[in-house]
Amino acid sequence: MPPYLVGREKVREFSRAVFATNPINFDPEAAQAAGYADVVAPPTFAVVVQEATLAQLLAEPDAGIDFTRVVHGDQRFSFSRPIVAGDELTATLTVASVKSLGGHSMVTAESTIVDASGAHVVTATSTLVVRGDE
Amino acid sequence: MTNKTVPATPGLDSLSVGDIVAESSFPLTRDSLVRYAGASGDFNPIHYRDDVAESVGLPGVLAHGMLTMGLAIQPVVDWAGDPARVVDYQVRFTRPVPVDPDLGAVVTVLAKVGALDAEAGVARIDLTVTFNNTTVLGKAQARVSLV
Repeated sequence: MPPYLVGREKVREFSRAVFATNPINFDPEAAQAAGYADVVAPPTFAVVVQEATLAQLLAEPDAGIDFTRVVHGDQRFSFSRPIVAGDELTATLTVASVKSLGGHSMVTAESTIVDASGAHVVTATSTLVVRGDE
Repeated sequence: MTNKTVPATPGLDSLSVGDIVAESSFPLTRDSLVRYAGASGDFNPIHYRDDVAESVGLPGVLAHGMLTMGLAIQPVVDWAGDPARVVDYQVRFTRPVPVDPDLGAVVTVLAKVGALDAEAGVARIDLTVTFNNTTVLGKAQARVSLV
């Protein structure tokens, strides 16, 4: 997959959608005054970049995951630095663990997101619960 | 929507475990869900179509878990003064937030100091996120760098 290019207007659109109010999320001048090249994405924006890799996992026939039975169990983001408009990000997904629990499966998927230089930006970890037959 | 000025960052020294650092409530409507769907690219129809939500046994159209997670950190961002100060953020999705077509849903957020790491200059902020007086997120914790 080509890298994900973080657009300024996408950051602003996402910021409005999660009720952000900080000028660093919206105003390039405020962001630059705070030391960033452009507007800074809200912490959960990383999910947009992660989503592409999760979609690949769910679409993978060998994974045998039925999308309609998937529930989001938990989510974590661990940052080395914030995501800033203009970043070109690449996510690599690894399945960290698969556990069975009372007929359900719990899949923990970790997406490591790096910038154009290969430096780590954020790791997004999702646990998906795949409900068993009822 | 946007403030004119960036708020100042609080000092770690001025905090104690248990301090309430932020409190806020977010009235969600179906419009909020459509807006989040577009912004995030998550177009699962259980977040905007009653018929689909009902067909899979849900109590109604639900807010995206990631919308709840995304808005719950905003009072902390406002308190910290800079979104980049949030260096780690995790939640568990424990209960859904059904959004009524007429009445919407109000999600409330209470942010407290859970732990302080003076050496790292990091405060752990614990979030209590509720809808209808029940918590909807578990183990909702953010690590906020205040150096």
